Amino acid sequence: MTMVYDEALERFEPVLGLETHVELGTRSKMFCGCKTTFGAPPNTQVCPTCLALPGALPVANAAAIESTIRIGLALNCSIAEWCRFARKNYFYPDMPKNYQISQYDEPLCFDGYVDVEVDGKPVRIEIERVHLEEDTGKSTHVGGATGRIQGADYSIVDYNRAGIPLVEIVTKPIPGTDRLAPEVAKAYVTELREIMRSLGVSDVRMEEGSLRCDVNVSLMPRSAAEWGTRTETKNVNSLRSVERAVRSEIERQAGILSDGGKIIQETRHFHEDTGTTTSGRSKEEAQDYRYFPEPDLVPIAPDPAWVSELKAALPELPSVRRKRLQAEWGLSDLDMQAMHNADAIDLVEATVAAGAPAADARKWWMGELARRANETGTTLAELPITPAQIARVTELVASGALNDKLAREVLEGVLAGEGTPDEVVEKRGLQIVSDEGELLAIIDQVLADNADAAEKVRSGKIAAAGALVGGVMRASKGKADAARARQLILEKLGVSE
Amino acid sequence: MSDLIRKTAAELGALIAAGEVSAAEVAEAHLDRMAEVEPKVQAFLHVDRETTLEQARAVDARLRAGEKLGPLAGVPVAHKDIFATRDMPTTAASKILEGWRPPYDATVTARLREAGLVILGKTNLDEFAMGSSTENSAYHVTHNPWDLSKVPGGSSGGSSAAVAAYEAPLSTGTDTGGSIRQPASVTGIVGMKPTYGGSSRYGLIAFASSLDTPGPFARNVLDAALLHEAFSGHDPMDSTSIDRPVPSVVEAARNPDIAGMRVGVVKEFAGEGYQAGVLARYHEAVQLLESLGAKVVEVSCPSFTTALPAYYLIAPSECSSNLARFDAMRYGLRVGDDGTRSAEEVMALTRAAGFGDEVKRRIMLGTYALSSGYYDAYYGQAQKVRTVISREFEAAYQQVDVLVSPTTPTTAFGIGERADDPIAMYLADLCTIPSNLAGNAAMSVPCGLADEDNLPVGLQIMAPVLADDRCYRVGAAVEKALESRWGGPLLKEAPSL
Repeated sequence: MTMVYDEALERFEPVLGLETHVELGTRSKMFCGCKTTFGAPPNTQVCPTCLALPGALPVANAAAIESTIRIGLALNCSIAEWCRFARKNYFYPDMPKNYQISQYDEPLCFDGYVDVEVDGKPVRIEIERVHLEEDTGKSTHVGGATGRIQGADYSIVDYNRAGIPLVEIVTKPIPGTDRLAPEVAKAYVTELREIMRSLGVSDVRMEEGSLRCDVNVSLMPRSAAEWGTRTETKNVNSLRSVERAVRSEIERQAGILSDGGKIIQETRHFHEDTGTTTSGRSKEEAQDYRYFPEPDLVPIAPDPAWVSELKAALPELPSVRRKRLQAEWGLSDLDMQAMHNADAIDLVEATVAAGAPAADARKWWMGELARRANETGTTLAELPITPAQIARVTELVASGALNDKLAREVLEGVLAGEGTPDEVVEKRGLQIVSDEGELLAIIDQVLADNADAAEKVRSGKIAAAGALVGGVMRASKGKADAARARQLILEKLGVSE
Repeated sequence: MSDLIRKTAAELGALIAAGEVSAAEVAEAHLDRMAEVEPKVQAFLHVDRETTLEQARAVDARLRAGEKLGPLAGVPVAHKDIFATRDMPTTAASKILEGWRPPYDATVTARLREAGLVILGKTNLDEFAMGSSTENSAYHVTHNPWDLSKVPGGSSGGSSAAVAAYEAPLSTGTDTGGSIRQPASVTGIVGMKPTYGGSSRYGLIAFASSLDTPGPFARNVLDAALLHEAFSGHDPMDSTSIDRPVPSVVEAARNPDIAGMRVGVVKEFAGEGYQAGVLARYHEAVQLLESLGAKVVEVSCPSFTTALPAYYLIAPSECSSNLARFDAMRYGLRVGDDGTRSAEEVMALTRAAGFGDEVKRRIMLGTYALSSGYYDAYYGQAQKVRTVISREFEAAYQQVDVLVSPTTPTTAFGIGERADDPIAMYLADLCTIPSNLAGNAAMSVPCGLADEDNLPVGLQIMAPVLADDRCYRVGAAVEKALESRWGGPLLKEAPSL
């Protein structure tokens, strides 16, 4: 039986480990000149090398090595002065050579760290290694209930993906996260994704498999000194799944341990629909990969001067940038965190760059637009509106041409595809009524219709003016400038504030 | 026209360039010779008269059109059936690749095609180049033209026999542990293992990647140099190919002056286990070098005796991984695919049926040597031996310019004589293996007939990495001196077939 999360955490302490695979966005594959375009017709981006025809040889992609070193530097790693590729030997139909060119005991980058913040608390995640390898082809198992090779009628293989450069980032074991373990795991993968984006080395789309994550979890009783047996959960294909997979494994393992059972060291598969994991192959029957240095390739020996140049040329990293922007915008930790979680920082920054005050930019993206995105089930970035358009709306409000209510209508028009903010204002006739003659006519009518309220104001109960202003706004369908209307009403009734 | 087959490649090239004879006539003369002697020698696995003549006519057309081709334009060459050829099958003498036609050319094949050489066919070899007698071919045994009951050496035995039997003026081979030098030695011709990385492995079906080296066979040193120069040099498709200028081997072959050269006699390669007739010719050759002005000194390389066991760990380890790609999934033999068996079962059945005993023996040896728990004791230790051997070579080359030894301890042995005794078979490569482990250059050049059996003996000349020219200079000096003593090439002594 699984154990409910809170109880599990009372009795056990989780230790995490994350292995993340990032497909690099190089134009050609890791060891041949084939293209890497996603979604090309099956087996159209292949050649003798990535199909492992007899006699074909690999040549390492220099751009991929450079990207890997940049990733290592961004993760505060040391860069190997000399290292080699290694062959990882095992038979599988989607691996053409029946060995994967990877790295074994000589990774290109090692001993780094990533800092994340969870619940306002800083957490340092130590990186064991970052190494470069090649991806396998993609098998599709047809027939059978599970979509896995066991029980399938037949399988088909697409080798387009075979040989795409893959960077594996492995953390050291992460103890001490306590009940925040799922959030820490998610925050770490989120941070990695942003770092990859800022480096421009990968499109890091989890749904397309260009960022893949294996989650290792073990539990130890609160009183214990040694870590427990870990499981490795694969098929974790979204940030939310990272969080759910950790939680689910904690609950499952706690249940087994509480019943006096033992955790089997094994690979498990995460299921998006149920949010739980099921057993894959057991590590006990795991294969001996017979790693040895790849004799078809020469060692990598990055020139230290070049590595220094790469380091100096690294872009501002996401965490540093967030701190800088927070200071520039004068936002609280909480506001900044909320924007981060909502993926709004880039959008707000672009809106500010287009001329909007930071507070306004934040208000629109985190308020009205976040609500819209939520309603339509999209992300902020996917909304059909640009930061420049938001900046224009804030400008119209600042100039008094729009008030907040009208501004919301303008945004609605833009989102509905009616054009730019100015076009929407024009088409929907949303300018604030600035013609005083028209406004005075409306006021006269409102004062006549609300003689009681007018009398109260005239006799000094200025608070009653609110109802009159409301009447003017209603009569003008919101287009009146409320402040000016109030001023004119008081003038007409011969009182002052 | 039948005297065309007795001409050297250099002479044929000159005749063709002068328009005195066409490439087609030269090809036809050799094809006729093949038709005559192949029933006895069986050097070839694949001959296609029409394709060969078509190629020859195309070269004639290129020459008529005034295209500037190399000195071997129009000269025929036979390729060891381990080089990919896009217009002929490529099998590595294995059932697992029966009928496979590569969609691409090996670099060696492509460069020789470009230089105008005409392919006579694909020659026999020990399956996947594993053996020293060509008896391990899955197709048939090849016979030594000097004595049809003897082996032609191996693994490149088809290539050595074809040249020795005047079926081809030139042929290509590969040398992983002696597979060019040993067959050259036992058939009385010249065979050269270039510096590792000096000739491209691209399109050469891999046996042991860190050792495999393509090289030339010819009946004289200059022809070997011409062929060597035509296919060697840096290849961006092979990462282990060396991108540095090398001294011209053709020039060295044309200038056989060795006065003042320091020649080291390897102390460890003589004595017990060596055939008396082999040692007699070898000692005479050393005296000959001295009489030509070389300074001869004895050099001790004690680790060379450990080269054989180290080789039989490294080569099988690499082969166990290199041959994993033959899995019935994408090309070649497929056994047991009746719709009821899993991919894994089909792979296993195919490999069981498709590989011969020696190949299986080495795959198993290598798999074992790389296994976790054994790696350090076997593969790791062998790599250390390899380093020690390289250092001994380096130390020796501080004292001398070249090292010499017998190429192989005995003359050609009988067909079937060692077939059931792998260790006896492996001893044929005792003297040749150290150069493979160190990656340096080495040649076998004929130095006479053994008294007891009247079969050819080879002198091995070893030189440092990228000093291939020294092998040619010394080889040409020996050849010149011996030919004047014999009144012509050694092959004149061969019983006519």
